[in-house]
Amino acid sequence: MAVSADLAGRTFPPTETYTVSREKIREFCTAIGAEPGDEAPPTFPIVVAFEAMHRLMTEPDVGIELHNVVHRDQGFEHRRPVRAGDALTATLSVESVRQAAGTDLIATRTEVTDADGELVSVARATLAHRATGGGA
Amino acid sequence: MTDELTSHRFTVTRADLVRYAGASGDFNPIHWSDRVATSVGLPGVIAHGMLTMALAARAVEDWAGGRDRVEEYSVRFTRPVVVPDDDRGVDIEVSGAVKEVTDDGRTRIDVSCTCQGEKVLGMARALVRRSEQPQS
Repeated sequence: MAVSADLAGRTFPPTETYTVSREKIREFCTAIGAEPGDEAPPTFPIVVAFEAMHRLMTEPDVGIELHNVVHRDQGFEHRRPVRAGDALTATLSVESVRQAAGTDLIATRTEVTDADGELVSVARATLAHRATGGGA
Repeated sequence: MTDELTSHRFTVTRADLVRYAGASGDFNPIHWSDRVATSVGLPGVIAHGMLTMALAARAVEDWAGGRDRVEEYSVRFTRPVVVPDDDRGVDIEVSGAVKEVTDDGRTRIDVSCTCQGEKVLGMARALVRRSEQPQS
């Protein structure tokens, strides 16, 4: 089954606030072999953006089958580094959906904002969803 | 100005995948279960694309003089990094070259990331504002 045709242009509700701790930054740094610090590594916003992406992928009316999804590309544009104490939310919009060779390419844009509503980072991801079965 | 990034080699083991899963919140079983990975057509457990992306970023950060120097960073996940269930793991090689210095003093870098001679990240690019006195 293919994803819902009206998915493009849809914006999902923001994720619940995620407060970044020093320990979380340290844990993430350790996992990638980096030195812990006050500022999080440049791919850290994925922790918050992933939550928004996961919601998209598990929302029943979207029609995505999770085991058929591959993360195709990922990009970040940072306004500032994430720091301990930041209270972040992620708001995901689907920018486009196109079909190529039995695959839905779902381009997403997730804004990560702080407690003041200021933009911290924009995370862009394309998810490749392999459509299965005989349906359109 | 150096126009090549210092080459880095990172080793990824199954234990690293478990650690990254916990730190990032991405518990997709293709990153820890051979049974699930092979059932979706993979040769075995593969590394999180975001872990590879984070490791490659470390080479960029080193060149730029700090993780806060990375303003934009994007990659395409072109080939999975298969991580064997042994103590040795698998090596990822990262290098890069300066592509352009922008009028406002930022540097575009093309990043190369390979595993066993095969490119695992495509179109990997970063835009950094390099420190006046880079570390190392």
